[in-house]
Amino acid sequence: MATVAETPAVERNYLNQGEGILSWLFTLDHKRIAILYLVSVTMFFFLGGLFALLMRLELLAPRAWLFNPEDYNKLFSMHGIIMVWFFLIPSIPTTLGNFFIPMMIGAKDLAFPKLNLLSWYIFMFGGLVTVFALIRGGVDTGWTFYTPLSTTYLNTYVTAAAAGVFIAGFSSILTGLNFIATIHGMRAPGMTWFRLPMFIWTHYATSLVLVLATPVLAVTLLMMGVERVFHVGIFDPALGGDPVLFQHMFWFYSHPAVYIMVLPGMAVISEIIPTFSRKPLFGYDFVAYASMAIAAIGFLVWGHHMFVAGLSVYSAMAFSFLSYLVAVPSAIKVFNWSATMYKGAISWDTPMLYAIGFLGLFTIGGMTGLFLAALGIDVHVTDTYFVIAHFHYIMVGGTVMAFLGGIHYFWPKITGRLYPEGLARLSALIVFVGFNLTFFPQFVLGYLGMPRRYAAYPAEFQMLNVLSTAGASILGVGYIFPLCYLLWSWKYGKKAGPNPWRATGLEWTTASPPPKDNFEVSPVVDGPPYDFGRMREELHLG
Amino acid sequence: MIPGLLLVAPASAIAVEYDWLFWSLVVVCGGVALAIAVFVVWSAIHFHRRSENELPPQIKGSLKLEVTWTVIPLIIFLGMFGWGASLYFEIERPPANATEVYIVARQWMWKAQYLDGRREIDELHVPIGRPIKLIMTSQDVIHSFFVPAFRVKQDVLPNRYTTVWFQASKPGKYHLFCAEYCGAKHSGMIGYVYAMEPRQYALWLSQGAAEGSLASTGEKMFHQFGCANCHHFDGQGPCPDLKGLYRRPVLLTTGQTVIADESYIRESIVDPAAKIVAGFSNVMPVFKNLVTEDQLVELVAYIKAIGPEPGTQQPSSAGSVPASYGGQPGISGSGPAGISTDQNRAH
Repeated sequence: MATVAETPAVERNYLNQGEGILSWLFTLDHKRIAILYLVSVTMFFFLGGLFALLMRLELLAPRAWLFNPEDYNKLFSMHGIIMVWFFLIPSIPTTLGNFFIPMMIGAKDLAFPKLNLLSWYIFMFGGLVTVFALIRGGVDTGWTFYTPLSTTYLNTYVTAAAAGVFIAGFSSILTGLNFIATIHGMRAPGMTWFRLPMFIWTHYATSLVLVLATPVLAVTLLMMGVERVFHVGIFDPALGGDPVLFQHMFWFYSHPAVYIMVLPGMAVISEIIPTFSRKPLFGYDFVAYASMAIAAIGFLVWGHHMFVAGLSVYSAMAFSFLSYLVAVPSAIKVFNWSATMYKGAISWDTPMLYAIGFLGLFTIGGMTGLFLAALGIDVHVTDTYFVIAHFHYIMVGGTVMAFLGGIHYFWPKITGRLYPEGLARLSALIVFVGFNLTFFPQFVLGYLGMPRRYAAYPAEFQMLNVLSTAGASILGVGYIFPLCYLLWSWKYGKKAGPNPWRATGLEWTTASPPPKDNFEVSPVVDGPPYDFGRMREELHLG
Repeated sequence: MIPGLLLVAPASAIAVEYDWLFWSLVVVCGGVALAIAVFVVWSAIHFHRRSENELPPQIKGSLKLEVTWTVIPLIIFLGMFGWGASLYFEIERPPANATEVYIVARQWMWKAQYLDGRREIDELHVPIGRPIKLIMTSQDVIHSFFVPAFRVKQDVLPNRYTTVWFQASKPGKYHLFCAEYCGAKHSGMIGYVYAMEPRQYALWLSQGAAEGSLASTGEKMFHQFGCANCHHFDGQGPCPDLKGLYRRPVLLTTGQTVIADESYIRESIVDPAAKIVAGFSNVMPVFKNLVTEDQLVELVAYIKAIGPEPGTQQPSSAGSVPASYGGQPGISGSGPAGISTDQNRAH
């Protein structure tokens, strides 16, 4: 590898093939589009994070002291809207998925490169419309847009914000379609379904949900907009509508959307754990089936968001039962990841630290989901900070940890450079500590009865809120560190070579950064995934 | 240990049961989560890579293990499901002898209307040891009635009644929160529930008597809105006779049968065309924008109070507060229906 670094001639790769901003804005290369997405979602992440930080500052004191309640309501609404639709949902699929799905299956690109670029433009357009709503004065519906509050009672930029989300939805659908077509049609010779890395299976499941669920969100937001603008009675009872219908439709999308957000995280973890344990993924078939089961059953559990919304007790029972059923495949995955580590040769590189963090936090998030699925338990803790803590353990403890783990894992492939390992490990530790300090007290707050979306609260909740805010400031530092050292390493990091982790998978057989067409020679696959046994042959040959 | 933990100490019969289930789940889920965490951290340390070229045994999986960790969690989950569902049934089903109070929520206040006509804002006084059933509706957006100490929560919807019940077990002053985001001053929509010893409650009842019972005010509305012109009590009018209607099955023109609960009565006033009684045609005007939620509550209370024969009463309203609470059997309210729900008014 040292000889490569000394070679004066610059290798041709996707980064230096084409210069200037236009070569990026009109690129059809899935790897470059992934970078465009990475820059975009990172900006949205820090914007959403800024709103979260301001909320935590406000909640330092029981009385509204920094913002008036109206502005606080806008903060949590914009935090939710930006984080859900402009960070979490696109985060892993459009960056790591976009970059690595073709590479892992041995393809030159996605099935529809132009559609891929179009998806990014649609996403950015949706994002700009939402940011426009924010700059013009914001929106205070909460990310859930519940009616009739959103359609009849609020005077903020509800329609614009919803329009932004509506537009971005088309980007989701196109990305999902592109992935499905690619995985079906572009696999290299010999790459059978059960030779696919788990990353692909899990993104396949995600794509199905994206394509099937997102149109329902579009329809729901459209109807909300029609009621708001033209006063057509759909959800507002004053106009002859039914407000609970909105909740059914919204959660019919938004619960599957939870799986859109967390399945790609599972995809990343299923790559990291085998690589850094140097063992095949334990129970490969079962993990693959579990992803598909989550995608399927995930469509049948939306009612568990509505246990106190006036459902009949029998439909509530059906939704509770199905919610427990969907927890089984998640449990199977956790057990299989843990078993993969058993008797492995585990390294403590940063991606693995994030994966271990993911395992712990996702487990806590999942376990508290079991609380919320229990009908009687849900009554007291729903709409409180218990729910906030629960889904942040899944979304931040799960998805964001996996996203960071994945970025570190794939960074050498994407940029050709190594990040500074010591600093990265320290950051992972800071993120883990900060996260738990932020969100664990919120479980207690919820049990004590503190409702969510409160700008001010009774004084007895203050101590736990102060702890949570302290945690949030640590977490913020943990997120800014990687941004700095990763950017630094892009220019100054050590050269990585094609396979610094000695991972399996086609993406590691080509140069880092990869050439424009991914592979010098089109790959042929003749063995199972996670075949670390080949290392032995390589060692003997070496 | 944690300040505030006392504030959420269970103060109702349900709350005690709730905490049993909650803490059982904490033990089971916490135990399993801890076991996984210990296993993962132990593996990471014990199997730490010793050399750059170390290649561990390539274990692919085990069907036996997969079945084990599919079936055992499923069984545990079914147990949680069953326990949670049975608690939910208790929370959702008010006992038949519960004392009724009507709640009308709006941005950003709670208004309680007692059967004796008493009204309170952001406060609710209840006796301990007796089931209280709240019949709730919203004048505007969705709110949610939440008393942490009782472990009950129920969304309050516009255009519909939802109910919640509890039986306070410890006297005290408890937070009443709005738990569904309802606009600018959502976090200010906080009230208190005062659970009182029966003696104190009787004293409270005896102070500040209301103008007339909810049902007797409802009766006035019944005449004021002209309902009595068509709804005769002799069965001879052009519209259904409302005697003893409450909780009775009603056959509709569609062939369906519905139980005449509060929501049905309310809907039949604001939107008569929604459900038409078999044998009648829809001649009733729509009262949707003519009648307020407060008036609807009064009308519903009146119609519920009309017994099978005018002059008799339904047990639900009559037995609301027993005489032992200090209420004298009062003179029945004016009018032919002979409403006597105001018997709990002390004079």
